[in-house]
Amino acid sequence: MRELALNILDIAENSVKAGATLIRISVKAEGEELRIEISDDGCGMDAEFLKRVTDPFTTTRTTRKVGMGIPLFKMAAEMAGGSFSIRSEKGVGTTVTATFLRDHIDRAPLGDLSDTVVTLIGGECKSEFVFEVSVDGKGFVFDTRELKAELDGVPVGEPEVLVFVRDMIKENMIDIGGETL
Amino acid sequence: MKSIADIKAIRDKMKGQINLRDNKDADTETRIVVGMATCGISAGARPVFNAFVDDIASRQLKNVKVTRTGCMGMCALEPIVEVHVPGEEPVTYVHVDAEKARKIVANHIVNGNVCTEYLIGDNK
Repeated sequence: MRELALNILDIAENSVKAGATLIRISVKAEGEELRIEISDDGCGMDAEFLKRVTDPFTTTRTTRKVGMGIPLFKMAAEMAGGSFSIRSEKGVGTTVTATFLRDHIDRAPLGDLSDTVVTLIGGECKSEFVFEVSVDGKGFVFDTRELKAELDGVPVGEPEVLVFVRDMIKENMIDIGGETL
Repeated sequence: MKSIADIKAIRDKMKGQINLRDNKDADTETRIVVGMATCGISAGARPVFNAFVDDIASRQLKNVKVTRTGCMGMCALEPIVEVHVPGEEPVTYVHVDAEKARKIVANHIVNGNVCTEYLIGDNK
């Protein structure tokens, strides 16, 4: 994974698979710290599975025995002087939080968040998303429920709609100074 | 800053088209499925997904949907893309990148010719 936005896509995909109705993704850069949090109201995990979930040889998949998504995100945070935590409760949901030292030499760039947003909200996804991005106090929020209300029946997954959303996120990232994050 | 409200123009344009389409059989939809598990993402599935979205939007193709799925079980061949054209056998492309995605749209989706050079048989 070369970009943290790819990790976000990967982790949020777990939330979709967990049957979440609402997934909140927050990217916050404040002072020295960059903080990324993905929280969902999906099926959650029991305490026993939660303990093993950062182990690359833990997965819910039955076709093979490795699951790299969470370990890779944890590694990205820890090698950049940050921390990683995951909280989960069966039937309630899961929250994954990673922090990074913004100026650490080994911190991966945030990368293209707009591509990640489009990939998540496109593709017949039943989950709703709230993206919250802020850089040193300036920020924006993008909520797919607001988008759906505005679209009035036109599907979110229509390519022309997705292109609009990507341009909007890109523009907003530049406005808040987040494009170089 | 752009806001969601700015989408009104696109919505109004699309609404007429969508109503027309709803009257048709739902089975006429072409589906492009991109593998988007950890293996796919790290191999470059996200730019592939976005290239399909871009190309279909700019060609204004109707009844073509881009969607994503989990691991297809052949991680070494990612990014993997399945194209489901109604009435035809599904086609699986492997090692797809953004440029190949645009060729798949032009040759397969628009003109109906499968891009045989990107099929799994030639990439084993």
